[in-house]
Amino acid sequence: MTAVIALTIFFTVTAGLYLALSRDLFRCVIGLAVLGAAANLVLFAAGRLDSPLPAVVPSGDSILGDAANPLPQALVLTAIVIGFALLCFSLVLLLRLMRDARTDDSVALRHAEPRPDDPVKPPANATDCDVTWPPREEQK
Amino acid sequence: MSALVVTPVLVPLATVVLTTLTNRRPALQQALSLAGVLAFLACAVALVFLAAADQPARTAFGSWVAPYGIEFHLDRIGASLVLITALMGTASLLFLASDADPGPRHPLLLPLVHGVLAGVGGAFSTADLFNLYVWFEVMLICALGLFALGGRLDQLDATFKYLVLNLLGTLLLLIAVGAIYGATGHLNFGALSAAASGMPPALATVLLAALLLAFLIKAGSFPVYAWLPASYHTLPAPILALFAGLLTKVGVYAVLRIVGDVFAPAPGIIMEALGWIAAATMMLGVLGAAYHWDMRRILAFHIVSQIGYILLAVALASEAGNAATLFYTLHHIIVKANLFLIAAMIWRLTGSYDLRRIGGLYKLRPLLGVLFLVPALSLVGIPPLSGFWAKLIVLQEALAQGRYAWTAVALAVSVLTLYSMVKIWMQAFWKTHPDTKWQLPSNTRLGPAWAATLGLAALTLTISINPEPLLDYAQAAARMLGG
Repeated sequence: MTAVIALTIFFTVTAGLYLALSRDLFRCVIGLAVLGAAANLVLFAAGRLDSPLPAVVPSGDSILGDAANPLPQALVLTAIVIGFALLCFSLVLLLRLMRDARTDDSVALRHAEPRPDDPVKPPANATDCDVTWPPREEQK
Repeated sequence: MSALVVTPVLVPLATVVLTTLTNRRPALQQALSLAGVLAFLACAVALVFLAAADQPARTAFGSWVAPYGIEFHLDRIGASLVLITALMGTASLLFLASDADPGPRHPLLLPLVHGVLAGVGGAFSTADLFNLYVWFEVMLICALGLFALGGRLDQLDATFKYLVLNLLGTLLLLIAVGAIYGATGHLNFGALSAAASGMPPALATVLLAALLLAFLIKAGSFPVYAWLPASYHTLPAPILALFAGLLTKVGVYAVLRIVGDVFAPAPGIIMEALGWIAAATMMLGVLGAAYHWDMRRILAFHIVSQIGYILLAVALASEAGNAATLFYTLHHIIVKANLFLIAAMIWRLTGSYDLRRIGGLYKLRPLLGVLFLVPALSLVGIPPLSGFWAKLIVLQEALAQGRYAWTAVALAVSVLTLYSMVKIWMQAFWKTHPDTKWQLPSNTRLGPAWAATLGLAALTLTISINPEPLLDYAQAAARMLGG
């Protein structure tokens, strides 16, 4: 069981990293989601996989016997909810970004970088090229 | 007492709810937001007094005993950082009322700002590793909202880069937390600290390295700082100042808490690596800053550079080093936020952040020129400003431990920082404006901006003239660590 989980995590991380390193923005986000699933599996496996018994104290007893560890399940649930929220946000962001930038290639996404026509050194001649980015009319 | 311990989270979260409910009535929303941040400030002051009187506020939720319940514990370090968080929140919300690059007035702007404050406050208060992860996520999602709020193409681009690189850090953090729980069976800082000594050294080193890498991504240190200069400059000025002051410092605080407190003494190889990472961080940050001409980009690279100094203090792994870390962090947050705010005022008066397109400000606004010099020279470390004391105690300890290489790098970086600050001052204030027809704009509303920046500069000067109380506080805080 442990070996199966370990291999599953291995393949999930591999797939997630491969997708996350892609130039395609959509693949990149999906890759992060897959990596998130791998992180959840790690968290789940941290509670050990040996006992299938539910974490309920039998009536009459006051302590829990040999039951599964319930804490990692609570942690995984928290992480899933957070990961889901972030995935939703990133998909909406992606749609907006791909629509506005008219590209899904991360190499072409240089809008937050200095202008390509800005000869950073020596100082630009202030009169004949607008090196302010974003252009000044957009700042208003 | 136990009511006060939750205020760093509860007060900003309540403000989030109130400002969201009133988002159709801007005046009321503004008033509630200010009231919320002032209440936060008052609670933070009370928490610092409690911590300084050796009665730190602490509670375990649900009245579960220590290793099981999630614990909040505001010792001297946590309480002082919560106080500085509240101060920064107040300064940037005040600055938001001016017209110096405040960005568009979106109804969700104020709720998201308070959401960031709640996340930062929670991260400084918690004594539980998984809970710390949750506060990092709260910070991340609110910060993403603030990045994307403007909706400009460069902002969306920056949001995406910030999202991808920070999400990788968060996932690594989650995996490391899971692995540490698997190895020790604990998440509470106190219980982890007790369990850490029983861990096999090799396992402890690997797990600690994974956890620290995640925090270093959040802190913006070499070689994982690429998200910071790629995104920060697209933010509106007050938000930028808030982020620059607080977000990376939460990562640094987490590093200090983990290696200086919970897992102290950390394995030697980790501290050695951290020291070299710190040296590389400060050097590459300042070199990046030297290349640029946009004030926001220059200052964003200086965040990276200064993170290096703070990490160096952590890497010294001694009581004096930990005290220096706290002192440096508190001084740095004030100075850094102030620099960004003053840059925004320069933008309002001259019309550009690009140093090549502005100038001549000293003749018309000499007070602004002097005001800029206070945080700028403090960042460099010119005596007697606060940055001098901060660097002095870090480098004294580095020399005392025989770390000559790190000291040499730190001193060289100070000279390069001076170059950067002098560059901004000469270009923005001293040289004549390249556009001969340029005039000061007449319809500015800079009153709140002056109030915020003068207030922060007054704080810096107070620390500069009388560093003794803060130094004593930091040393007392460091004595409580690791025990």
